[in-house]
Amino acid sequence: MFSLELLLNALVAGILLGGFYAAVSLGISMAFGLLDVVNIAHPVFVMLGAYAAYIMNVRLGFDPILTGVLFTPLFYGLGVLLYRVYYASFERKGAESLRGLVFFFGVLFIVEVSLLLAFGVDYRLVEAPYIGESLRIGSVGIAFRLLVPCVVGVALTGALYLFLSRTFYGRAIQAVAQDAFALRLMGANPFRVKGIAFGLAIATAALAGALLIMIGPVEPAMNREYIGRVFAVAVLGGMGSIGGTLVAALILGIAESLTATFSGPSWSVAVSFGVLLFALAVRPAGLFGR
Amino acid sequence: MAGRTFAALAVVVVAAGLAVTGLGVNQYYYFAAYVVLQYVVLATAWNILGGYTGYVNFGTPAFFALGAYTAVVLIQSMKAPLVVQLLGGAAVAGVLGLGIGYLTLRLRGVFFSIATLALAVVLQTLFVNWEYTGGARGITLARPATTPLGGSYVEYLFVVMLVLTVIAVATAWWIEHSWVGRGLAAIRDNEEAAECMGVPTLRLKLVATTVSGLLMGLAGGSFPYYLTFIEPASVFDLNYAVNSLAMPMIGGSTTWMGPVIGAILLGTAQQVATVTISSALNLLIVGVILVAFVILAPEGIVGLVQRLARRGRA
Amino acid sequence: MSADAYLDVREVTKRFGGFLALNGVSLQIRQGERFGLIGPNGSGKTTLINCISGTLRTDGGRIVFDGADITAFPAYRRTRLGIARSFQIPKPFTSMTVLENLMIPIEYARLGHHDGVVDEAMGILAQVGLAAKARVLSRALTQVEMRKLELARAMAARPKLLVSDEAMAGLSSSEVDDILAILLQLNGQGITVVMIEHIMRAVMRFSERIAVLDAGEKIAEGTPDQILGNKTVERAYLGE
Repeated sequence: MFSLELLLNALVAGILLGGFYAAVSLGISMAFGLLDVVNIAHPVFVMLGAYAAYIMNVRLGFDPILTGVLFTPLFYGLGVLLYRVYYASFERKGAESLRGLVFFFGVLFIVEVSLLLAFGVDYRLVEAPYIGESLRIGSVGIAFRLLVPCVVGVALTGALYLFLSRTFYGRAIQAVAQDAFALRLMGANPFRVKGIAFGLAIATAALAGALLIMIGPVEPAMNREYIGRVFAVAVLGGMGSIGGTLVAALILGIAESLTATFSGPSWSVAVSFGVLLFALAVRPAGLFGR
Repeated sequence: MAGRTFAALAVVVVAAGLAVTGLGVNQYYYFAAYVVLQYVVLATAWNILGGYTGYVNFGTPAFFALGAYTAVVLIQSMKAPLVVQLLGGAAVAGVLGLGIGYLTLRLRGVFFSIATLALAVVLQTLFVNWEYTGGARGITLARPATTPLGGSYVEYLFVVMLVLTVIAVATAWWIEHSWVGRGLAAIRDNEEAAECMGVPTLRLKLVATTVSGLLMGLAGGSFPYYLTFIEPASVFDLNYAVNSLAMPMIGGSTTWMGPVIGAILLGTAQQVATVTISSALNLLIVGVILVAFVILAPEGIVGLVQRLARRGRA
Repeated sequence: MSADAYLDVREVTKRFGGFLALNGVSLQIRQGERFGLIGPNGSGKTTLINCISGTLRTDGGRIVFDGADITAFPAYRRTRLGIARSFQIPKPFTSMTVLENLMIPIEYARLGHHDGVVDEAMGILAQVGLAAKARVLSRALTQVEMRKLELARAMAARPKLLVSDEAMAGLSSSEVDDILAILLQLNGQGITVVMIEHIMRAVMRFSERIAVLDAGEKIAEGTPDQILGNKTVERAYLGE
């Protein structure tokens, strides 16, 4: 049954969800879009961030966003380390991407099962004063648990965009994707630059995870739903384009929200699959790709 | 291994399998052996696309489960005999392989892999919502009262799975030694060059995905009667995804022997381990071993042995 | 004009996103000809070859080979029709030996299976001077040997038209002569050879006609002497 109010609510929820999806996808936009590293384990690091927020919330009463920010440096270090292993084992040897993919799947697997062992299959959630609240504008309800992640997600996207376009290392990261040799001539070490880029990609997972657990309860297997989503956003947005990531994330969020409202929530997972296939078939360069 | 030797080995294996039935031994051994053999099939099937062609399938559960659920539908709708279940499961899973291949194999390999991941998630959602096959609660199935062999049904299924294993491994053996296998290897080594050398890469890749899916569906087809209870959570279990990948990678992905060795070693170890440790911890160990092998010994056990043999000769 | 063109490239255009790599390039190559293709780095030579071999899809224009419009054909079909190429950066089948590398085009580029494939492969290897390395893994070869393998592989496809993409880059003078001799021999057997090179003396000696590309366009075409004296070509290479 269809009503304008239902449609409006679905649209708004979709936009809010999209802002959050942007936060989750930034890491893939960088790792896959700019560095061509197929890190399918990225969503599981987001889960890790979510569980970090959970622990800090339950034990110390920390606000999830605070945890997200606090853990960002730790996740950055993790990312740099992970890239070093990947580089030494696969990239340097020019090994077939088969093994790199399997490697990240192994990492995904190890982290997911570790979370499973540590926390079990029960859903975990966080408590914060604003999570249950919502505001109404006309007939549209805006839940804070969606609004806050959206705002933070958009802010994170903006911050990353500024970093990539205004700072030396940011521009170096964009350059390394296209021409590692020229980068050397500029005095920057491609390996180091890629390490920083990958570190940043994983670093975003800390905050993204905190946002995730704000939206709803989490359990370890959820990371796999997100793999389709983040790659759909990365491809649709035009690999490596941060602005494109945001637009694509919004599109995905709206598509999922509409599907969930009118066809049932269990089908929203299939939406990202459809979007990805559509993007690959119609415009593999994405919306903003070069 | 030459064709005649292989065929002889296959006959010996099946004969041995038949010989150990009806001995009045603890039924548990047949259950366990069935599981290990099932892994041999899944690992072999995975490797045709993974190790031979270089395309990574993360969605083994999708094909396996589709085979199982096809069998469920065939049982529910027409009480179909086991053979029909097997063929049905294989056919439907094969079509899925063809379909997903057709949609994604013109793109980079990573998109195929991501699509297989997404596929597993989507299919699971589908079956969770389909009441005819039990939905999320699952469905119980009754085995037939008698078996063609006499003896228990589990022993019969063990022999069936043994035959399926021989079929799967023989398929891999044939592909490996034929012009098809050489073409797949060329695709794996350098797809662009292969295409320019006259290899119809898309067509061969589709063959590989279809055969791989078909064999996985074949294994899934006998699962309902084995377990007598099918629910999405158990057929879409993550352990199928990781094991079908880890076993060939650990055993060695360039020959038919690798998946067999990997599946027997890892499968048996896991059967022994699940008695003592939790299944989650078991999976964690598999994951760690997988990553270790991918980084340190990518050519797998078979490759290591070959390397040692070469050094011994030199 | 197109009537006697064996390979007729008509107004081929190729874009990569916003970048125009080829802008309406046309070439007519006659059967049995020795044709040279030169131009500064980034002028689109390899892109053009990729479009001819089918590795890339064109965004405009047509390609006609031996009377058949092959514009929409996938690469493997073009190979089976008789177009073969070597790669600028060698792309050997790394898990295979040198001999096995040749088996692929022998088995796939020519339909129908036949006996004596190993002998044939060995013959080709002898022609390029790799016979001694037949059982060696292709990834263990030196750079020069890999270049020769590239050529040998293309030859194993029994092409009617062979494109050699910078097969001589970085080779010593005598190695360049080796490759040149092989290409001349192949042409002597009736194979149309298109040579892309930077090594001017080789191109000038080898080619009956030469086309020059610059920034995705053909800026000159003619005999080696005509090209040598061409001011536009000189400007393209040296800049203003």
